[in-house]
Amino acid sequence: MPYGVILCPSTHHTIRAEKKVKENGFSVKLIPVPRHLSSDCGICLRISWEQRETIESLLKKEGVKMEGVHLLE
Amino acid sequence: MIYFDNAATSWPKPLEVKEAMVRFMEEIGANPGRSGHLLSIEAARIIYETRETLSTLFNVKDPSRIVFTQNATESINLALKGLLRPGDHVITSSMEHNSVMRPLRDLEKKGVELSVVPCSPKGELDSRDIEKKIQSRTRMVVLNHASNVTGTLLPVREAGRMAREHDLLFLVDAAQTAGAYPIDMESDGIDLLAFTGHKSLYGPQGTGGLVIGERIHEKEMVPLKQGGTGSRSEFEEQPDFLPDRFESGTPNAVGIAGLLAGVRFVLKRGVEPIRRHESHLIEKLIEGFKDIPQITLYGPGEVKDRIATLSFNIEHLSPSEVASLLEEEFGILCRPGLHCAPSAHRTIGTFSEGTVRFSLGYFNTIEEVHHAIDAIDHMARSKN
Repeated sequence: MPYGVILCPSTHHTIRAEKKVKENGFSVKLIPVPRHLSSDCGICLRISWEQRETIESLLKKEGVKMEGVHLLE
Repeated sequence: MIYFDNAATSWPKPLEVKEAMVRFMEEIGANPGRSGHLLSIEAARIIYETRETLSTLFNVKDPSRIVFTQNATESINLALKGLLRPGDHVITSSMEHNSVMRPLRDLEKKGVELSVVPCSPKGELDSRDIEKKIQSRTRMVVLNHASNVTGTLLPVREAGRMAREHDLLFLVDAAQTAGAYPIDMESDGIDLLAFTGHKSLYGPQGTGGLVIGERIHEKEMVPLKQGGTGSRSEFEEQPDFLPDRFESGTPNAVGIAGLLAGVRFVLKRGVEPIRRHESHLIEKLIEGFKDIPQITLYGPGEVKDRIATLSFNIEHLSPSEVASLLEEEFGILCRPGLHCAPSAHRTIGTFSEGTVRFSLGYFNTIEEVHHAIDAIDHMARSKN
């Protein structure tokens, strides 16, 4: 199953994303940001690539700021 | 021992506050939002939860609009110095603490015009007096929610409404009220709320924050400091988004873990029940003091107009003598003097000797109040 990652501008939004997505029954994990995606020293949300659209619209509704959604290869 | 110095720092703290801090030190301890391992993530979760819990307490829609600081003083400095520019005009009251007065006097030297609206000898403010001072360059109104000297509540809601009508920013110093009196960013019309963690939110010293309302554009607000945020690490410029823009450097995460437990304690007990308990105590204290003729009481007599902080003086005794005697002979800890608020003491006519201040908290009891009345009665009689 391919994974994707959601990058947020700030740790606050990444943690909020994890909380809101988990509250809605999705299985996700916080992981360090892959170096090839960004030089941030922080974390991002790993999601199932298939669920990316549903999760993205959920997070938009919850006011989570996102910087991008990437396929994790 | 009786602790009546809660306006300076509340004590004791709820058990859960101490437990949360020990748990953080023993089981988490890592740097939030920096490293990405499980302990770092757990620390970041605690900080997130604290913002969310504070949002519930103050009715803030977007928790990222709460930035953590060391205390209310830092929050007030951030709001004033971040937003006011030379040529701007700002209005405040004569009952302010030096946490407001000193940064404003500093800004005054740099070209910000300041109007200080006089309050009554009981520390009361008529919000219409603020309105009279408004001019074309007025940018902000700054008020304390309740005086740290007299406990007088200022008309925050009316002032908030008036500030909106005139399109002014409204900064509230809630050091004495956050947790002890209801605060609602929306219905009180507050744009900037400065709070501290170590008073009625029952957190440890070194915690506090500023709520930055939706009417403020964070990009227009200058941070007090720049540095590492764990975000945008490839750039040497400060991030322009909340909360990172105003939170450089490793935060006081263990303190914030304690603050979270403190705010949860307040929400569990309820602000209204906490206020009822404290109001009951201060009402009984005032009643008892009124029977002692040698005592001068300051601030409003009605509990609805005040919080549980009371200033008084005893005839022929200086405030510091009273405080020393109270500690030595009766085991009562309080604070004498000017309480970092010279302008407030000028307003109530007690500059430069000051007053004796009893500030009560949720953990004080009616028995302690009776003991204090007896102690003051004894002192007043024996010295007069």
